[in-house]
Amino acid sequence: MSTDVKATVPSPAPFPGDPAVDLALARSHKLSAEEWARACAHLGREPQFAELGVISVMWSEHCSYKSSRVHLGRLPTTGPRVIQGPGENAGVVDIGDGFAAVFKMESHNHPSFIEPYQGAATGVGGILRDVFTMGARPIANLDSLRFGRPDHPRTAALLRGVVAGVGGYGNCIGVPTVGGELSFDKAYDGNILVNAFTCGVVRADRIFYGRASGVGNPVIYVGARTGRDGIHGATMASDEFSAEGPSKRPTVQVGDPFMEKLLLEACLEIFAEDLLVGIQDMGAAGLTSSSVEMAGRSGSGLLLDLDRVPRRAKGLTPYEMLLSESQERMLLVAKPGCEARVEEICRKWELEAAIIGQVTDTGRWVIQATPGYDPLADAPIARAPVTVCDLPVDFLTDAAPKYDRPQREDAGLPGRRAFDAATIAAPQSWSAELLAMAGSPNLGSRQWVWRQYDHIVRGGTEVRPGSDAAVVRVPCERDGVRVEKLLAFAVDCNGRLCELDAFQGAAMAIAEVCRNVVCGGAEPVGITDCLNFGNPERPEIMRQFAQAIDGMAAACKALGVPIVSGNVSLYNETDGRAILPTPTVGAVGLVRDAGDVTRAGFPEAGLSVLLLGGRRGGPLGGSEYVVRHTGEVQGEPPGIDLAAEVRLQAVLLELLRARPRHVLSAHDVSEGGLAIALAECCAAVDDPARMVGAMVSLPEEDEGLAAGLFGEAPGRVVVTVRPGDEAEVARIAGAGGVGVTLLGSTGGGRLSIARQGALLVDVGLAELREARERCLEAIVGR
Amino acid sequence: MNHWPWRDNRVTPSTDMHATVILFPGSNADAEMVRTLRDVLQVRTSIAWHRDAELPAGTDLCAIPGGFSYGDYLRAGAIARVSPIVAAIRRHAERGGLVLGVCNGFQILTEAGLLPGALTRNAHLRFECRDVHVTPQAEGPFLTGLPRVLRLPIAHAEGRYQASPETLRALEESRSIAFQYCDREGRIGRTPDEAPWTEANPNGSTLSIAGIQGGPRRNVLGLMPHPERMSEDFQGGADGRSLFDAAVRSAAETMAPAEITGDAGGA
Repeated sequence: MSTDVKATVPSPAPFPGDPAVDLALARSHKLSAEEWARACAHLGREPQFAELGVISVMWSEHCSYKSSRVHLGRLPTTGPRVIQGPGENAGVVDIGDGFAAVFKMESHNHPSFIEPYQGAATGVGGILRDVFTMGARPIANLDSLRFGRPDHPRTAALLRGVVAGVGGYGNCIGVPTVGGELSFDKAYDGNILVNAFTCGVVRADRIFYGRASGVGNPVIYVGARTGRDGIHGATMASDEFSAEGPSKRPTVQVGDPFMEKLLLEACLEIFAEDLLVGIQDMGAAGLTSSSVEMAGRSGSGLLLDLDRVPRRAKGLTPYEMLLSESQERMLLVAKPGCEARVEEICRKWELEAAIIGQVTDTGRWVIQATPGYDPLADAPIARAPVTVCDLPVDFLTDAAPKYDRPQREDAGLPGRRAFDAATIAAPQSWSAELLAMAGSPNLGSRQWVWRQYDHIVRGGTEVRPGSDAAVVRVPCERDGVRVEKLLAFAVDCNGRLCELDAFQGAAMAIAEVCRNVVCGGAEPVGITDCLNFGNPERPEIMRQFAQAIDGMAAACKALGVPIVSGNVSLYNETDGRAILPTPTVGAVGLVRDAGDVTRAGFPEAGLSVLLLGGRRGGPLGGSEYVVRHTGEVQGEPPGIDLAAEVRLQAVLLELLRARPRHVLSAHDVSEGGLAIALAECCAAVDDPARMVGAMVSLPEEDEGLAAGLFGEAPGRVVVTVRPGDEAEVARIAGAGGVGVTLLGSTGGGRLSIARQGALLVDVGLAELREARERCLEAIVGR
Repeated sequence: MNHWPWRDNRVTPSTDMHATVILFPGSNADAEMVRTLRDVLQVRTSIAWHRDAELPAGTDLCAIPGGFSYGDYLRAGAIARVSPIVAAIRRHAERGGLVLGVCNGFQILTEAGLLPGALTRNAHLRFECRDVHVTPQAEGPFLTGLPRVLRLPIAHAEGRYQASPETLRALEESRSIAFQYCDREGRIGRTPDEAPWTEANPNGSTLSIAGIQGGPRRNVLGLMPHPERMSEDFQGGADGRSLFDAAVRSAAETMAPAEITGDAGGA
């Protein structure tokens, strides 16, 4: 398109000390030969060294979404509540009364595998900045974690480090970590997943965007000083690991949650005084991507003077300053005349602020620095800045390559799906099987994790971790009027089901995350995604990705919930072995009335236990039961009937909103099937003194016992109702086209599951609880 | 629509009490402290900044909330103690004014020498957030009318109370151990040496100490559990409210004489 625009961009002179740039150097920056040629053609010249670094990060998979962009457009991103869809720092959804929820999820997989504590901590720090950058106070964190098989030699240290890191950051900055998910599979042995979700709340008329407009407006750097940490983090995130992966340690950033707390409070104070044109955090690719993206969104240009950048390491070169991913830094563009007040607020919070440039109308991103100048030197030389980079903004953003990479169905998939789960020998005791399943690392209590997270800081947490959705009360105040918003949160994905059918698995992830939010008593109002896949240059991986997008899109359209933000993490492979395709999704739900809030656990004895939705548990393919007995993700997986799912969620929400309340608890059936769901209803309550047993029968008589107990078919919810209310619940459900099956009743100190009068499972609640709570003991000890 | 939730209709002691919540850089449990005082108890509530040299005039209760003051980079509370406001808190405490330090606030009070002993890393070396039970073991302005056992949440990495044998003896003799960790029936277990934390004693504190009191009239209380995070039913229980109710009653009793002597407010 613009290959004929030669020599329109003047070349900066080579910066003293920088290496000469050629194709080999470009290749070592992970640019392909075609991309190098494309860059040279666009510029009409070869880039200088710092420019090459900038191009390589801006065109990296991580920043440019070059392999995923052609597919992401198929996701539904609009709706009556959507204030801001994908493309900004985070998505924004209207929650009424003049307030909005701001949320996003992001991966920090590669850094966490190299340095679990700092990788996870800075992942949390980064997503928090994405949210408060938009003017919102963060009110909840969630995390979605995947590790390798429990007995892999690195799993214990990775799990300990990641959980401590997530907690260490969130606990210190004072944002409650209210929920999440954790699972283990050998596919993650060489590439764990650490996905962090944050939601904040903002006045809908005080949302801030990453814009750099208004010629002459000052560009202000606020926060931590720049060091050499994290250089080329974005390109590392776009690369596979090899067996010597941990040697990349120096590229992992180090987090300082105290600094970020100061940054958060200072920014919120600056927002309240309306001093800014725009703001963006310096995340991946640091100063470069933040400034380029701000100028790109505004169609403006920028002139930045690196001599003014606060730094903590001596002798930093322009290349290093532009690519550093030092944490806890923000880039602000102030309104004219407001810079002094911005600096004053920063001083109050003991933060450094420096004016490092200004907005221009040239459409060019121009960087200057003085060769040899170092403010940290014993005797700094006089400043005489020269141009280091001079690049068109749209060249770095819009002209980044976009690939529609080839796709091919995995030839091994039909064979894996053909496995017949009925060939698994029935266990000698279904009671022992239930206890073993309930106490397995994938299905047991996550208490060891969430006890390390401050899930109640700020005092608003109403439903703590352990139910289908966490619920947080958020006090909101504007112009002296106070309202309270109740928001529900869940994150979900079953990578095994995605592995066997990416379309169905991704649709089921969307359905489940919404179902979880509805089980909490809330209406889902928006979704964010974090799409973790292998190497997109392999056609089988690209096929998974494309199908997962289509599955998510179909489920979102059916359920009427938009995706408003997200993140793509590709190249999750080690030595050519990809992770399970893991399109993690997070949902935000709005509770209409505080009386609608619902928990998963059985609340009392003497209630009727009903199953809403489908009656069958199978097929068993991809279930924990099959993997546990065969070691492989295989078999015919369940599919989802989206129309039935829509009806189920509508009926459940209607029931939870009805007054008087008939439905007293709600828990969806997912990993581990109906038996595990019932075990969780009995034993997964905060207070062990409040455990309530149950005596139930399986709903379907024409199905194998294993599938009936442990099949993971979606579209099912276990609820409790008062005796006598069953008919009214059945009437409401029937009117909404949802089946209801009476399973039994609550009470006693045991969970008993029968079929056709024959007792299959009979376990005491104390042993069930102990099994669940000790599920990680083999990995991390007591 | 939901109304402002904390206009609770339970009987609130009628009060003219004035509470001040202290903010350090890194305080993060200030929101719930303000909410409990201002919205649940309907107490006039101010904020003081760590650089302020004086508490707001008329302050009856000075509350130091939890968090990570100054990042806790030296020791929890170790840098906060040299803040200007700490000198003002000390004067307030010496005059008999109520001081409540929760979690990091407790750590600041011990670092500042307003309460004896120290809070060290939890015995299992992990951050721990969960509900525990505590039992009030003494009398004092924060402890009158409390239930025999309170269910309260903890959320800390450094909450293991330790002190020298002499200090512990002095605390016991002066009835200054305010709260001890216990089981739901109120039984205080012995903490075995080999596994120094138990389900009841979550961090391995010496003598299961969860909070201590000091000051000329037991007017300074420090505790690790968070009463301000369990003062409304939606939070999973409201046992924490009783402690604030006690403080309000105490302030109401002492306010009038203080005004006569012209000593109120510390202006």
